[in-house]
Amino acid sequence: MHISQKTVDTEEIELDLFLQAIHLKYGYDFRNYNKAHLRRRINQRLQLSGLKTISELQNRVLWEKEFFQTLIQDLSITVTEMFRDPEFYAAFRKKVIPDLKTYAHIKVWHAGCSTGEEVYSFAILLKEEGILSKTRIYATDINKNALATAKQGIYSSKEMEQYTRNYMEAGGAGKLSDYYTSKYGSVLFDQSLVKNVVFADHNLVTDGVFAEINLVFCRNVLIYFDKFLQNKVLTLFSNSLTKRGFLCLGTKESLQFSEEEANYSDIDKKMKIYRKLTGSL
Amino acid sequence: MTPAIVIGASSGGMEAIRQVLSGLPDKFEVPVLIVLHIGSNNINHYLSLLGSNIGFRVKEAGEKEAIESSTVYFAPPNYHLQVEANFTFSLSIDAKVNYSRPSIDVLFETAAWTYKEKLIGVLLTGSNSDGASGLKAIKEYGGTTIVENPASAYTNTMPLAAIDASTPDYVLDLKDIAQKITELCAGN
Repeated sequence: MHISQKTVDTEEIELDLFLQAIHLKYGYDFRNYNKAHLRRRINQRLQLSGLKTISELQNRVLWEKEFFQTLIQDLSITVTEMFRDPEFYAAFRKKVIPDLKTYAHIKVWHAGCSTGEEVYSFAILLKEEGILSKTRIYATDINKNALATAKQGIYSSKEMEQYTRNYMEAGGAGKLSDYYTSKYGSVLFDQSLVKNVVFADHNLVTDGVFAEINLVFCRNVLIYFDKFLQNKVLTLFSNSLTKRGFLCLGTKESLQFSEEEANYSDIDKKMKIYRKLTGSL
Repeated sequence: MTPAIVIGASSGGMEAIRQVLSGLPDKFEVPVLIVLHIGSNNINHYLSLLGSNIGFRVKEAGEKEAIESSTVYFAPPNYHLQVEANFTFSLSIDAKVNYSRPSIDVLFETAAWTYKEKLIGVLLTGSNSDGASGLKAIKEYGGTTIVENPASAYTNTMPLAAIDASTPDYVLDLKDIAQKITELCAGN
């Protein structure tokens, strides 16, 4: 089958209308997400539902509330792992922890925490450095199902081999298995790790700032946004951070060429750890 | 709209890609976008080696980077590489596709949406079936497809899977692929 130029452009129109419809009906705004990513996810849903066009999908989403819940799962970002990019955690231990140790209280915003693997990773790191008890972590996501998994801290034991390797490369001080118990192919992470964690539903696109945050942790979320939305979210982070607050992005993300670039200094260029300058607002 | 070339390769791919790129003329301007299955291994050494042997720029594709002529882009390890409608790259850490991240299908499919009939898709050696549905998408959107001859490929699983999924425009020995790409681009 040969799809003519005309049909292809129709797909782009359909996608724009679809995102507009979701925004009007449900308040979720995906209009400034990367389109290639959305189209891949939506095409998968079309195949699974036996639908041919995005217009047909739009019809179902508008009239069936339950179907929208399925779609939200499709469109949100749920792939994560413990100690993803171990080099980042190693750099964080070396270059950020010494400063955090001098604080009386630490407030962390973990934005886009998904199913929580990196929340537990981060809590383990803080515990080993002796500062977990004075830290409060706000772990947020738009996906309520993912947040429910994060709260439970139950993951498949299949992944533990890889996570243990990551943990060790990240400079772990003990054994990862010290922090979980295994049962029936699953592992349950020690719930005392998340005693000071508040898991909350928060939408980076439409919701507001958190106050007086010392560290924003948002890795591999911005890559899904277009330039406009990236700038908007980076401004949200700047407005949430205290002076001299830290910002951690994914290793392929950057403040470079963003509107916030001038407000930060580099703590680790390669691992994308930044610090807000004293003079900035 | 300017054309583009996408190339996918898996096991045996480092050498196969080197052969194709070094067979292109030095003045070759069409951007080349490549997924080489390398897992999460660092590819900087391979890229700098490759860059010193051919006449155009070789680099890892950056997040939001605009696709430019006379440049060869490789997907970064452990990220999917996607082409956006405004001819920039986007990256994703979505689940593996065909057990692969980066996945050839993801690049081929998203490039087909943007470049349509101006896209040339090339699938080389490999021991899985990644790229087969991507190549099919390229054909559906009017592009041209080339598959390495399975009879002479280092590993034939990937070429065979692609030929099974859609009929490629050309099935060629590795040594003849650069020449065909050059011809197709000259005719554009």
